[in-house]
Amino acid sequence: MLEVRGLHKSFRGLVAVNELSFAVAKGSIGALIGPNGAGKTTVFNLITGALRPDRGQVLLDGKDITGRRPDQACRDGIGRTFQVAKPLNDLTVEENVMIGALRAARGVAEARVEARRVLDLLAFGREATKPAHELTLPDRKRLEVAKALATKPRILLLDEVMAGLRPTETDQMVEVFRRLNQETGLTILLIEHVMRAVMALSGHVTVINYGSLIAEGPPDQVVRDQAVLDCYLGQEAD
Amino acid sequence: MRSLFEGVPARAAWGLVCVIVLLYLAPLVFGGYVLSVLILCCYLAVLGQAWNVMMGFAGQLSLGHALYIGLGAYASGALFFHFGLGPWIGLIPAFIVAGAMGALIGWLGFRFGIRGVYFALLTIAFAEFVRILFDHWGWIGGSSGMFLLVQNRNIDMDAASIANAFWTLRGPNWVFYYVILTGMVACLVTVRLLMRTRVGYYWLAIREDQEAAQAMGINVLRYKLLAVVISAMMTAFGGVFYAFYNNTLYPESIFSIDRSIELLLGVIIGGIGTLFGPILGAFALTWLGEGLSITQEWFDIAGLKLLTYGVAMLAIILFRPAGLWPWLRRLLGMEERRPDA
Ligand SMILES: Nc1ncnc2c1ncn2[C@@H]1O[C@H](COP(=O)(O)OP(=O)(O)OP(=O)(O)O)[C@@H](O)[C@H]1O
Ligand SMILES: [Mg+2]
Repeated sequence: MLEVRGLHKSFRGLVAVNELSFAVAKGSIGALIGPNGAGKTTVFNLITGALRPDRGQVLLDGKDITGRRPDQACRDGIGRTFQVAKPLNDLTVEENVMIGALRAARGVAEARVEARRVLDLLAFGREATKPAHELTLPDRKRLEVAKALATKPRILLLDEVMAGLRPTETDQMVEVFRRLNQETGLTILLIEHVMRAVMALSGHVTVINYGSLIAEGPPDQVVRDQAVLDCYLGQEAD
Repeated sequence: MRSLFEGVPARAAWGLVCVIVLLYLAPLVFGGYVLSVLILCCYLAVLGQAWNVMMGFAGQLSLGHALYIGLGAYASGALFFHFGLGPWIGLIPAFIVAGAMGALIGWLGFRFGIRGVYFALLTIAFAEFVRILFDHWGWIGGSSGMFLLVQNRNIDMDAASIANAFWTLRGPNWVFYYVILTGMVACLVTVRLLMRTRVGYYWLAIREDQEAAQAMGINVLRYKLLAVVISAMMTAFGGVFYAFYNNTLYPESIFSIDRSIELLLGVIIGGIGTLFGPILGAFALTWLGEGLSITQEWFDIAGLKLLTYGVAMLAIILFRPAGLWPWLRRLLGMEERRPDA
């Protein structure tokens, strides 16, 4: 469904993503992992058009979408969350999600209904009518997911949405994604440091370090890979 | 009608209707001085509402809105001066010229990623540029100005004369008052309705966070341009009114940055990003200014007006940074159930 080929991006000499290629199959849940600063978020920015790659291609259903604007990527069916949440602070949670829902809805009324549905799905209760700036960090992460989901994506890119959640909250979130994936066939690519979530959700893991692919495969196999162990151990030693 | 009052508490809706009715009845009681101040209030409220669309709702700072006043005033003024065409016909070129100029500035700014203060500087630069251009443009009188013929300040009170006075905008002050008051209400209704549509919500999203807005599929450039164009057109309506009310147009005065600043002070006082802030602010600031002018003359203290103005601004920014309206609204128990517009 989603494929990147030879993706390359450097920031003033620093190579953030290095000739990277990988794919996410339709209907699957893929994970993109790697130590801090490995270039994961940059990969998302390249896929969604927030950044332009120096070289390489992004393909969605075989169609080249490299260099399209982020709003076009969204309309093509790519939903994303931001690692540092970007709530629309002065608006209510419901309005935040409703604006996302306007992407696929015919009008405000329809978007409002869709927003309610997404908010229920993510178990937002009374917080729904609060201004977004009053939310706690975990709730802001949930709002990030809700905004992206409301745009009715075919593939959802999640950037560390479980970071900072308590284990029970993580499990709830994992359950939501699993259900979405099974019931609606939503394809997901997630960046995650919480290995518990990665192991529970994804069938295919891509590991990068210094922007380069170092391993990929099923999660249980990847976590035993020597190169992967080395790069994570290397970081712990820092 | 439903979406006009949706979410508004009954008390606020009735309050608003009462205020508007009272304003429409004002000429029966007041004439002369009070009416001319009320005209100024409504005129500034229109401009403030227009500026607020861009800054308060779409989050784009303009410090050059005098440009659109001037373009509106000169477009309609020149048509009247040269061809005898009235203000309502002049409104069409005014909208087109101001809208096109807004689109050009917006496109240049947004397309090349000029944001925030730098965009504001661009708006000032354009106002200055056009001022200099008009100063040297003989057809519209250049720097020595353009004067519109004033006739029949007093009209017969029969239907035909009154209709003619409204159509040509030549007549007594109460004619001007009804035009600008209606313009103010029309702007309020237009913006209110817009803010309930996709466009309005997209503006708010862009104001809050452009990247988040883009990630939600919003074509940021398109909706920012739309905000500038609508704002420019509303301002140009004010400009047309200015031309026919003042009858004298000088590039130096009409395009001046003072005018651009004057129209946004009321919004800051009243409450940026609210619907009634621009109106409340325009009325409060204008009456304060008038009161101070009179006091200044009585006591013969030069600078009293500016000083008090400055202190009032400072007090608002320090103690009511969101403006007077959000505070007053809470005081009166008139908060909307959805805290958006
Ligand atoms: N806009 C930018 N300008 C300059 N350098 C950048 C920019 N974005 C990222 N980088 C650099 O690129 C490298 C990869 O950053 P990136 O944010 O993609 O890492 P990451 O894998 O998401 O890390 P983390 O797990 O900490 O979120 C880092 O060294 C970072 O400093
Ligand atoms: Mg990151």
